Amino acid sequence: MVYAVNNSSIENLLDLFYHMYRIRTVEEEIARRYSEGKMRCPVHLSTGQEAIPSIFALTITKGDFAVSTHRGHAHYLAKGGNLNAMIAEIYGKSTGCSKGKGGSMHLIDLNVNFMGTSAIVGNSIPVGVGLALSSKLKGTDQISCVFLGDGAVEEGVFYESVNFAAVKKLPVLFICENNLYSVYSDLSVRQPKGRSIAKMVEAMGIDMSFGNDNDILANQQLMKKAVSNVRSGNGPHFLEFSTYRWREHCGHNFDNDIGYRSQDEFLEWQVKDSLKLLESSLTKDGSDTTTKLSSIKEKIDSEVAAAFEFAEASPFPNQSEAYEGVYAKEEASK
Amino acid sequence: MSQMNYAEAINEALHEAMQLDSSVICYGLGVTDPKAVFGTTLNLEKQFGPERVFDMPTSENAMTGVAIGAALNGIKSVMTHQRIDFFLLAMDQLVNGAAKWHYMFGSQNSVPITIRLIIGRGWGQGPTHSQNLHAWFAHIPGLKVVMPTTPEDAKGMLLASIFDPNPVIFLEHRWLHNSMGEVPDGDIRVPLGKAKIVKPGKDITLVAMSYMVIEALYASDYLEKQGVSCEIIDLRTIKPLDWEAVMGSVSKTGRLLTLDSGFSTGSVAGEIIARVSMEKFSVLKSAPARLAMPDVPEPTSPSLTKGFYIRAADVAEKIMDMMGRDPSQVRKELKEPKPHDIPGKWFKGPF
Repeated sequence: MVYAVNNSSIENLLDLFYHMYRIRTVEEEIARRYSEGKMRCPVHLSTGQEAIPSIFALTITKGDFAVSTHRGHAHYLAKGGNLNAMIAEIYGKSTGCSKGKGGSMHLIDLNVNFMGTSAIVGNSIPVGVGLALSSKLKGTDQISCVFLGDGAVEEGVFYESVNFAAVKKLPVLFICENNLYSVYSDLSVRQPKGRSIAKMVEAMGIDMSFGNDNDILANQQLMKKAVSNVRSGNGPHFLEFSTYRWREHCGHNFDNDIGYRSQDEFLEWQVKDSLKLLESSLTKDGSDTTTKLSSIKEKIDSEVAAAFEFAEASPFPNQSEAYEGVYAKEEASK
Repeated sequence: MSQMNYAEAINEALHEAMQLDSSVICYGLGVTDPKAVFGTTLNLEKQFGPERVFDMPTSENAMTGVAIGAALNGIKSVMTHQRIDFFLLAMDQLVNGAAKWHYMFGSQNSVPITIRLIIGRGWGQGPTHSQNLHAWFAHIPGLKVVMPTTPEDAKGMLLASIFDPNPVIFLEHRWLHNSMGEVPDGDIRVPLGKAKIVKPGKDITLVAMSYMVIEALYASDYLEKQGVSCEIIDLRTIKPLDWEAVMGSVSKTGRLLTLDSGFSTGSVAGEIIARVSMEKFSVLKSAPARLAMPDVPEPTSPSLTKGFYIRAADVAEKIMDMMGRDPSQVRKELKEPKPHDIPGKWFKGPF
């Protein structure tokens, strides 16, 4: 895949590069430092899956809602979630986005309407649908974006949620990142061969689109169209993208050697790595773009380094805070 | 102040809440159907419109999540299920989601939802239409569990639940829906977490909830004639439980019998005995006791439910025994009502 770089495309391509490189750098820095043992919670990294969240970052507005899953770092960042607060949360610090109560799997940033992530497969799907119901009741044009994986499609709550969104024509954008594996179980033992998730969901009465991860610009068009349809009141839309996580399901290692997937498959996906293809398109001709890329990288590298410094330097929460916040107090509801 | 039954009091609370606050919505399977969930949701759709009052797909789990999501943007949902048993399909959303949201996201937002569930017993409801699972919910940090007994409390506690910033499990005993009482007009709120002494007494503390309070009152009337004075505490809220009220009463009477409409093992009644034994051991004049349902699913046939429920006679017999009195006459005078499996002649089934 080669992307044509010209005056009309360059800004968008650089923006995409910015988000993809930023997500990759954050995830890889977590991976690099994870064995230090200071991030004492499970992490589910999105390395290899940066393209969809990056497109999302450029398509959605700040006021729109989003919810995500255990593999939620990329979505949090793409929605504009505060990087320092996320890294601090993973380090269990009081400056974390959930004050150390949630960890990597419970990310939130209310400043950008990133409403939460869940450690239970499928759990955040109806929450996203409920947010869409609230937009409808309040008469705003906010849409609600629900990130899910191929495994969540096997949960009953997924069908319940899609059905209700369809019945009420709610402004929900379901974004399914199909990375072929639910932990170590591949799609063939979980869903019938040859059945398309998107087509199955379409049969429930909502619009759908399907995109391959390696064509970023085509996928960007799909998402733009879907967002605009949902926002204009045409009801929910289901987007499915094929993608691939490079590292193990949970943790920082590569795990192609343990036997549930092959090194060949992994290498195939590395060859079509969207970030690398985009970078090589951008650097093909002209040192001007190369300079721009270097400056983006430099900026992100130092931002990420600073975020880890911030997390490391932040204090842990007081022990007594473990017992606080079980119930919300009266005034908090207003 | 008006005379009305428990179901009408619920209905009045819903009208009041929806009138007071346009962010209150009400949904559940059957809330707009002609039977209106035992009459509790009558006329709501007519008055507040189909946007705020609606029937729903048979999707208990997702619809609980929908309430959570809507709550995160300021909508206060009152969801209703005709039986608690149906709601078991929603444990993921309730336990992993609603109950923990405020805590696990660092207290930044909360989930003000109210889930009305109907519990009960009798008339062939059988193993999966009669469970009283309040102890389950009470076990989960972050939930409030409310079990009002009287029409006044039903109204006041439903209003308090709807405007509480936390998820509240609101349990209505089917046998109470037709019970009558005086109910104040307007926005009356009965605070959650406060028990009520429904009858003061000096010999023994009787702690009960929901329909078990009614059995306690029958037993107490009988015992009064035998010269035994019972103090009856209606817990009203199971979580957070009003320990002050319980401990205060036991300190005074020195005896404790707890009643529970749920299964014995892991019951709220057992929890109360544990805490009282640990904290008030020195004031106890006799071993505390518990009467709860056996650890057996409720059977369906009326012949199998004879003698199966905790009735006033069981309570009175136990108390006579605890007081060192002869309990042998109790059952002759306090007979199991006939038929034994309905709350009164008003109940004609089928559910």
